Amino acid sequence: MSTQTDTQHIPLKDLFAGFFMMGICGFGGMLPWARRTIVEQRKWLSPTEFNDLLALCQFLPGPNVIGMSLALGARFNGAAGAMAALTGLMAAPMAIIIALGVIYAQFENDPVVRHAFAGLAAAASGLVVTTALKIVAPLRVSVLEMAIAAVAFVVVAVFRLPLGPAMLVMTPLAILAAWMRRRMR
Amino acid sequence: MDNLLALAIIYGQLSLLAFGGGNAVIGEMQRQVVDVHGWMSAREFVALYALAQAAPGPNMLIASLVGWRVAGFSGAMVATASMIAPAGVLLLSVSAVWFRFKDAPWRRIIQAGITPLTAGLVMAASAILCQVTTVNLRYAILTAAAALVLWRTKLHPLIVLAAGAALGAAGLLD
Repeated sequence: MSTQTDTQHIPLKDLFAGFFMMGICGFGGMLPWARRTIVEQRKWLSPTEFNDLLALCQFLPGPNVIGMSLALGARFNGAAGAMAALTGLMAAPMAIIIALGVIYAQFENDPVVRHAFAGLAAAASGLVVTTALKIVAPLRVSVLEMAIAAVAFVVVAVFRLPLGPAMLVMTPLAILAAWMRRRMR
Repeated sequence: MDNLLALAIIYGQLSLLAFGGGNAVIGEMQRQVVDVHGWMSAREFVALYALAQAAPGPNMLIASLVGWRVAGFSGAMVATASMIAPAGVLLLSVSAVWFRFKDAPWRRIIQAGITPLTAGLVMAASAILCQVTTVNLRYAILTAAAALVLWRTKLHPLIVLAAGAALGAAGLLD
């Protein structure tokens, strides 16, 4: 086995197939499936390489797994590889979601369906609350980080300001704050 | 045509703002789709969001669904492509230099600043969604119970979502 994974070449159909399976299996969070497929089953990346790629995808904006499909596809088979991985990942979930949307549109005025969706939506809110709590929990230790999170919360949830301009102001300030804290240590 | 252009602009912007994944921009997406463009009611948006959560795949599929509701198949394609392309191009350009600067101090500083921002945005999204889905006290209890179960146990999210839908369908919430 060669350790020079950079020179490795993966056929388009393998990239498509690998990400297609991830797309189908990825119920409620795709990361565990992505890791399983990329590292354990197909051995496209070592655990360390996977973590590095994940860090990049988390560092930049955009959905993480989609970023991963693009970066991995490009690395192993150029632009065509990126497209094969992306379409593999998106094909089944998009078809399923549109089909669900069509069914929903058909029955949305039925009282039972309406109530089912109201219940589903309330449970989905609970899911987002949990996601938020899990993301916020590690910040508790730092007053500065809690303050930055609180400002972002108030700007978006309370004042309902447009996110684009707000982020253009908040991002540099948050980075500046992080930099100043580092200097004070 | 106007709607397709509007979808492209909205989702192109959200693509570059989605630090830490799709949940960070759900609040802004709701503001644009419901308040600014009036394409659907807040409850309808949340129903689509719930649908996207219940389906497999990346959680940004809400973009495809909103696009489809607004402008049919072409709307779904435009919204999805706009949500992917800007961030994707940025990622591919940066990945070339990324590994060289992996341990550079400035990288850690930027990350340290952005992480709490994202946390605040996801908190905001959850507050906005809860506000819409909480029709009465029973819905509030359902949301709280779902959050608690998902936080404290390893129960699969899909089971919790299905339970919520079942309670609603059985008429136990109204």
